[in-house]
Amino acid sequence: MAVQPASTEIATRTASIIQEFKALEGPLLPILHGVQGEFGYVPQEALRVIADELNLSRAEVHGVASFYHDYRKEPGGRHVLKVCQAEACQSMGSDATTARIKQLLGIDFHETAKDGSVTLEPVYCLGLCACSPSAMLDGEVIGRLDNEKIDEIVEAVRS
Amino acid sequence: MIPRIFIPDDSGAVALGADKVAKAIEKELKERGIEAKIVRNGSRGAYFLEPMVEVACDAGRVAYGPVKVSDVKGLFDSGFLKGSHHKRWLGDPAKIPFLAKQTRLTFARCGIIDPLSLDAYERHSGLKGLRKAIAMQPADIVKQVTDSGLRGRGGAGFPTGIKWKTVLDTAADQKYIVCNADEGDSATFADRMIMEGDPFVLIEGMAIAGIATGATKGYIYIRSEYPHAVAKMNRAVEIARKAGVLGVKVLGSAHAFDMEVRVGAGAYVCGEETSLLNSLEGKRGVVRAKPPLPAIQGLFGKPTVINNVISLASVPIVMDKGAEYYRDFGMGRSRGTIPIQIAGNVKHGGLFETAFGLTLGEIVDDIGGGTASGRPVKAVQVGGPLGAYFPRGLFDTPFDYEEFAKRDGLIGHAGITVFDDSADMLKMARFAMEFCAVESCGKCTPCRVGAVRGTETIDRIAAGIEPEKNLTLVTDLCNTMKFGSLCALGGFTPYPVMSALTHFPEDFKPAPVRAAAE
Repeated sequence: MAVQPASTEIATRTASIIQEFKALEGPLLPILHGVQGEFGYVPQEALRVIADELNLSRAEVHGVASFYHDYRKEPGGRHVLKVCQAEACQSMGSDATTARIKQLLGIDFHETAKDGSVTLEPVYCLGLCACSPSAMLDGEVIGRLDNEKIDEIVEAVRS
Repeated sequence: MIPRIFIPDDSGAVALGADKVAKAIEKELKERGIEAKIVRNGSRGAYFLEPMVEVACDAGRVAYGPVKVSDVKGLFDSGFLKGSHHKRWLGDPAKIPFLAKQTRLTFARCGIIDPLSLDAYERHSGLKGLRKAIAMQPADIVKQVTDSGLRGRGGAGFPTGIKWKTVLDTAADQKYIVCNADEGDSATFADRMIMEGDPFVLIEGMAIAGIATGATKGYIYIRSEYPHAVAKMNRAVEIARKAGVLGVKVLGSAHAFDMEVRVGAGAYVCGEETSLLNSLEGKRGVVRAKPPLPAIQGLFGKPTVINNVISLASVPIVMDKGAEYYRDFGMGRSRGTIPIQIAGNVKHGGLFETAFGLTLGEIVDDIGGGTASGRPVKAVQVGGPLGAYFPRGLFDTPFDYEEFAKRDGLIGHAGITVFDDSADMLKMARFAMEFCAVESCGKCTPCRVGAVRGTETIDRIAAGIEPEKNLTLVTDLCNTMKFGSLCALGGFTPYPVMSALTHFPEDFKPAPVRAAAE
């Protein structure tokens, strides 16, 4: 598992992210993106700092952070693999490709491998619907998933 | 002349290996000591040919595709830099049937130019619409957009000019232009393609909207699933700002307009305009009740134009060529062109911009070429996860807002997913309910609770538990969701469910019967 930074360190780093975005209109989402980019998840400790700085209640910040699928409550794996589950991918057999990925990685959706190598997430459309089924590994797009490409992905996340 | 090699960096092309092909070509150029310029263009949208590499040489532009890394050496050996023949040779890209049959107005430049070259943009008629708008009165710009017949391409089909007029007529110290680039519907990628392939046309459209309505600030809300589009738009905005297209004096005029790119956080419902506004404000993406209309009280309570990417990207050509030019394309009350996105289990998948009016059958069979699997087409879903499933019996439906409504469907953002005969329509109906449950913002009970109960009830039908009674229950539930939800998520989920039920009743028969039939 990734080592979680101490709470004072989280507070300091969060404060500097807030300074970067505070002047924007509606700064909360950009701040949360910044925090997730920095830590790989949105730590509880960060929520308190954000609430104080933006003059919001902690409940309001928690409400926003928990509304959106993107923000993680705990650290993810070193790699994040998103596999599209939407209709166009289903029409091209994503059920079977997804099952194979889950089996090879030994994890289900929303889970992280025990060795911390990869977190598996469903995604509803990557806009690659004319080259289905598709996936995204750490922001890198992959179309027309087949066994060969799945093997490459599994190898990449394990190395 | 030094040959130019065009290799798309559109994420669809990249997903099929365009970056690797680009690297291989670069390496080969170096090793052979050949001088050539590599341009990373957008995609022309023929994804069955991607990665499609084009060479601009004395013979004009010559395309090759789909190019694999293993083809690269052979391409050089056969002299592709001069447009010579090779097994991947496609000839003049404009003459490829899938592209030649299109009417490209909004996507005129996409896949042709370097998306981040403002010079290339201007050479290909860019900024002409904005220059004309600057010389006009705001009310005249709004009138021209209204007269063009342009309707919201996000799905609702509301006349763009009417929205603009409301914002223009509402006095306020600050007004906003918000571009909805939260393109979450499966089978749609037109917004992504234009942002990656011709970002300046969207910037130009937003600037025109600003001048027309008196708004000085714009936001583009792009979904986080589109990192390439986010990066491209950010760079394009920066370039436009440096060149004075954006800023306190738009192209040296008295108008101020600037914009910012914002990134969503994975909530499908934020494609709904009022939840998008809440999200931009930094709140939970919960749907707002209308009225007040966003045009009167939108972002931060100020008058706001909120339009889809394609609506805004179609404005420059309307301003440049005139309302009549645009309006003369299309049929009925659906005027102009529509970028149809053909996706899923289809042989020739991609973006096909054409005037309204083609029939669904022409799109799926003639242009799409039938299924990729070679099996018969069973159903096509039109309009994303909230759109109806159409059987072959309805393939004579013309692509038009009203004609689709008459057949209990919608064209939505014009995405079409093709399914072959292996599709299980009960499973697709269940998925529609499940998706609604996952993505519901929670504001309306019919959507929040109904979608969960709908999934459970369809599961009971699949298990053969009181199927007749449960089918009646699903139908009744769909009725409640349709009329009891504030937005299209809860309100339109009944479309895929009911169309699957109506057109494919055999898939909803009790399990033992279904098993025996197979």
